[in-house]
Amino acid sequence: MNLTKEDKILEVKNLCTSFFTDEGEVKAVDGVDLSIEKGKTLGIVGESGSGKSITSLSILRLLQEPAGRIKEGEVIFKGEDLVKKTKKQMREIRGNNISMIFQEPMTSLNPTLTCGEQIAESIRIHQKLNKKKAWAKAVDMLKLVGIPSPEKRAKQYPFELSGGMRQRVMIAISLACNPELLIADEPTTALDVTIQAQILELIKNLQKELGTSLMIITHDLGVVAEMCDKVAVMYCGKVVEYADVKTIFTNPKHPYTIGLLNSVPKHDEDVEGDLSIIPGSVPNPFHLPEGCRFAPRCPHAKEICLTKLPHLEETFDGDKVRCWIHSEEWEKQGKAVNAHE
Amino acid sequence: MFLYIVRRIFQTIPVMIGVTLAVFLMMHLIPGDAAKIMAGENANPEQVEQMRENLGLNDPLYEQYFRFIGNAATGDLGNSIRTSRPVTQEIFDSRFWITVQLAIIGTALAVLFGLIAGIISATRKYSFADVSLMVIALFGLSMPNFWLGIMLIYLFSVNLGWLPVAGWGTWEHMILPAITLGTAGAAIIARMTRSSMLEVLDQDYIRTAYAKGVGDKLVIYKHGLRNALIPVVTVVGLQFGSLLGGAVVTETVFAVNGLGRLIIDSIRAHDFPMVQGTILVCAVLFVVVNTIVDISYRLLNKRVDLN
Repeated sequence: MNLTKEDKILEVKNLCTSFFTDEGEVKAVDGVDLSIEKGKTLGIVGESGSGKSITSLSILRLLQEPAGRIKEGEVIFKGEDLVKKTKKQMREIRGNNISMIFQEPMTSLNPTLTCGEQIAESIRIHQKLNKKKAWAKAVDMLKLVGIPSPEKRAKQYPFELSGGMRQRVMIAISLACNPELLIADEPTTALDVTIQAQILELIKNLQKELGTSLMIITHDLGVVAEMCDKVAVMYCGKVVEYADVKTIFTNPKHPYTIGLLNSVPKHDEDVEGDLSIIPGSVPNPFHLPEGCRFAPRCPHAKEICLTKLPHLEETFDGDKVRCWIHSEEWEKQGKAVNAHE
Repeated sequence: MFLYIVRRIFQTIPVMIGVTLAVFLMMHLIPGDAAKIMAGENANPEQVEQMRENLGLNDPLYEQYFRFIGNAATGDLGNSIRTSRPVTQEIFDSRFWITVQLAIIGTALAVLFGLIAGIISATRKYSFADVSLMVIALFGLSMPNFWLGIMLIYLFSVNLGWLPVAGWGTWEHMILPAITLGTAGAAIIARMTRSSMLEVLDQDYIRTAYAKGVGDKLVIYKHGLRNALIPVVTVVGLQFGSLLGGAVVTETVFAVNGLGRLIIDSIRAHDFPMVQGTILVCAVLFVVVNTIVDISYRLLNKRVDLN
């Protein structure tokens, strides 16, 4: 289970990213630790506002400064801390070593540039190819992502393409310079279900073909099961569980993960029955609970959960979980405080 | 694209018909008897009637209108009452070109300074530069043309003696009128560019560009400005039109013999054919400029439907 530094392409240590608004500070990402092994896939799961997208934007330092800022922590990519890099050094990494696919293919492409130009742009910047060669490579990329008649499509504008096609173009852009790490921020959320499967299949195949490491951000547990090797479950800016994909589905340890899995409708269940839900709602980011952030919604929460924040502790089988339930203190406590059951 | 341009030009035909109709009816609706004025103060009723007959004012209105556009199509807008010279000659000999020159320089100044100020403001949101530029723009927008013109003359011509007070001929004569004319436009374009740029810089595709490793400058100009210009182009077109109107005041202040001054002088002299002709030429110019704007809009924004 213990990995040497060389096996990890990316290691995020104690990443804290905050947004400073007129109403105060929002700790969007609060002490996140993650790592991705070479050629493997890490999934980050969580509901809206859990900080998963901000984590990925922080890795590439794409936050809208000065409102959003990395307060502390390290992002070690191939042994070097990206947080300490200059703007210029970051530009050389973006699109070249680390690429990103965004959620909305409708708005993520520039409406006034042809698809070919948008792919060729990063090739020209990073590989210093001339216009003609970059264009030829852009057409090749369109072919690689399975777009029929790529020469014709390269000359078209994004509005002339369907959503699935646009996401393919987005993938072509991100893979154009053969990055070592690809971050996909909800790449299929905005697409039709049938297209979703195609896009996931495409990413998976290209990952295998090119040996790219992948970080996939999603709130869809189906995507996680399909794509990931490891999973980090996030809640309110913190990783609450970090484990192998198999463990997450067969033996989840954090009550939030269990709640998430229970709320997925199962096809073999009685369709008439109610879906199970996690009671309550995500706490106000300006007034986060003192103890465990999930405690107000947790069916197992005891006194200690409301007052003390648990650490991300390694369990007996090597996974990590942030919950008092696996500690001796919890055993000593009295009854659960939430009367949801 | 070629087809689009041809179609767009054909689309101006109904507008032109509307324009000629409006100009024609306006001249018939305003009080005052053209025949009486043209015949002179001492004319007897017979002479006025004779004049009315000569001018065709006794014919049915539609006949007069068709004669008017028929003649206008061949470049005949009648003769000026004041000078007895053909109206087209009066307009196109020099006056039209002076006003067009003034409007083009004014627009160029407005676009240049407006865009620069707008981009600086947008990229340095809420900075000292942004706030001061926007305050200056507000001033530029609020100052009436005639007042700004007089102040500029007072400062640069009377006190500093750098530029001529009035008249037309050399490039030095053009500076103050062009600034006077372009200031409001520059202010509008600056504010428009700023808000449009801010909106565009917030778009997802800007983040995509950064994620590709594109540098700040290229992101702002290639990805940002190009998209932000779409609404600005519309404003520039409208601005050019209002510059033609603004020329009336500016040309009077600077004693420039352009179209604006011609309108004023003709109205004062009750020179109906002249007023009618000048307004028609201005209106047609406005339509032409707007057609050019539409076409350039299509060049910028690929999403404008060609059908």
